Amino acid sequence: MKILVPVKRVVDYNVKIRVKADGSGVETANVKMSMNPFDEIAVEEAVRLKEAGKATEVIVVTVGPTAAQETLRTALAMGADRGILVQTDAETQPLAVAKVLKALVEKEGPTLVILGKQAIDDDCNQTGQMLAALLGWPQGTFASKVVPGEGSLTVTREIDGGLETVQLTLPAVVTADLRLNEPRYASLPNIMKAKKKPIETLAPDALGVDVAPRLTTLKVAEPAKRKAGVKVADVAALVDKLKNEARAI
Amino acid sequence: MSILVIAEHDNAALKAATLNAVGAAAKIGGDIHVLVAGQGAQAVAEAAAKVAGVSKVLLADDAAYAHPLPENVSPLVVNLAKGYGHVLAAASSEGKNLLPRVAALLDVAAISDITGVVSPDTFERPIYAGNAIATVKSADPIKVVTVRTTAFEAAAATGGSATVETIAGTGETGSAKFVGQELTKSERPELTQAKIVVSGGRGMQSGDNFKLLEALADTLGAAVGASRAAVDAGFVPNDYQVGQTGKIVAPELYIAVGISGAIQHLAGMKDSKVIVAINKDEEAPIFQVADYGLVADLFKAVPELQQAL
Ligand SMILES: Cc1cc2nc3c(=O)[nH]c(=O)nc-3n(C[C@H](O)[C@H](O)[C@H](O)COP(=O)(O)OP(=O)(O)OC[C@H]3O[C@@H](n4cnc5c(N)ncnc54)[C@H](O)[C@@H]3O)c2cc1C
Ligand SMILES: Nc1ncnc2c1ncn2[C@@H]1O[C@H](COP(=O)(O)O)[C@@H](O)[C@H]1O
Repeated sequence: MKILVPVKRVVDYNVKIRVKADGSGVETANVKMSMNPFDEIAVEEAVRLKEAGKATEVIVVTVGPTAAQETLRTALAMGADRGILVQTDAETQPLAVAKVLKALVEKEGPTLVILGKQAIDDDCNQTGQMLAALLGWPQGTFASKVVPGEGSLTVTREIDGGLETVQLTLPAVVTADLRLNEPRYASLPNIMKAKKKPIETLAPDALGVDVAPRLTTLKVAEPAKRKAGVKVADVAALVDKLKNEARAI
Repeated sequence: MSILVIAEHDNAALKAATLNAVGAAAKIGGDIHVLVAGQGAQAVAEAAAKVAGVSKVLLADDAAYAHPLPENVSPLVVNLAKGYGHVLAAASSEGKNLLPRVAALLDVAAISDITGVVSPDTFERPIYAGNAIATVKSADPIKVVTVRTTAFEAAAATGGSATVETIAGTGETGSAKFVGQELTKSERPELTQAKIVVSGGRGMQSGDNFKLLEALADTLGAAVGASRAAVDAGFVPNDYQVGQTGKIVAPELYIAVGISGAIQHLAGMKDSKVIVAINKDEEAPIFQVADYGLVADLFKAVPELQQAL
């Protein structure tokens, strides 16, 4: 089976982001960009399935600017076979991305799509569920374990109360949670090899998808700041503050 | 236009998160209806009918809804949604699983995790792990929204007297089957509802050492939470995780023990009323958000604190 893995280029998770002074968004110029951490986990899972002989090909895809090719290269260095860049400079919202992915699924015919559960820039947590809906496929979201079977997939999901296990008939959509696996670091030889792997570039129009945003961002602001706290000398002082100042206990 | 709120429940009781979603619906304004999709969930529908502000409860009682599989529940919601201006659910693992699927089937955007209602089509929501707040306006005819429960006051569980209307289910897709659940059992309050939360991080060193925090939590009537590092290390189950990708909590008092204060952790707790940090590293970033910081070895400070209470 073929596996499709959508990956997003986002501001690196270690960067302390800055809100632009005019409230139009978050500063992304001259900021370190990386693959969305959940997508690394998704790529890792797909590559492991291929290494285990359960998958034949891993295709990675990104919807974004030309620079997002770097993200595809990272995935190729981890072991994916080829990449697709759906090039657009527009803001990519989950519904539009899901429509692009649906068109690619129809074109490429994968049996499984593994996404990250959430992009750490927009924190939407929507695209996988939307893609599953558009395809009419079952979904195993927030996966911490994926076990392929005959024509099906058993997925353990992280839910609010603990864990849930579901069995999905293939083809299916899975979204990766943090504990699904620990992504590998690409070795230097694999980084070199990745440079020769093919990347195809497409326009959203060529797939017949309108990627225009449905939500308009009116403004982006800093969150309310907490007032500076104090250090207390010892446990007795802490208890005193909690009882008499904060009245929290 | 009316608002449809999707009830979260276990077929026996209505979950508290639903009350916060109703609270958000009240902010939007309009008739509030609640959908209970379940099996043998009559008691849940009756509980929902008593929630203040709710005017109608729709009960779809069917084996297909014994577990909230989005493959089965989304067609039901989509059929109903066409008569509403908004579809709301709590931004819980269940709400996040279901509503984007509903939105895509309706060909509308989903709006995740709102923390504020500016107007019926404009909402505030955190992005970048809560380091920025975006105000977004939807042009779609139906707004499909998940609600950050800590940002909205819960509607009163009693005082309402809605009618309960039974509706037919939309059947099973058969493409997804529920296999089983492993739920964490605890006598302590639920993490997202607790007035006090005591959380431990990698500094706890082992699952066994979490007993120290459990003892402190029991003295305070608190829930126990954790950082991702503590969960990844296997000290505690996954549902203890607080943060950008775990649970969002905003208790009266949050006590962070042996947690450094990474932005992804802060995203889940920085709206707590009072924050206490116990950490042996005086430079730990958690102290920047803590109202009261204690630089100390937790293995000494935690038992001492419990004794002093
Ligand atoms: C995509 C993504 C999502 C994430 N989501 C989350 C999330 O939802 N929640 C979350 O928590 N993290 C999340 N993280 C991880 C986050 O970045 C941090 O790695 C994590 O929060 C660190 O956990 P910690 O503070 O327990 O561990 P550390 O950073 O290792 O800190 C341990 C602290 O314990 C202190 N300590 C050690 N021994 C003692 C002692 N004896 N007494 C007192 N203090 C002691 C140390 O001084 C240190 O400050 C996410 C990361 C990524 C990339
Ligand atoms: N522009 C994009 N290109 C490729 N994949 C994406 C894009 N946006 C989102 N995704 C995928 O969808 C997942 C969830 O994103 P979101 O719904 O935005 O939180 C991500 O982890 C990616 O796997």
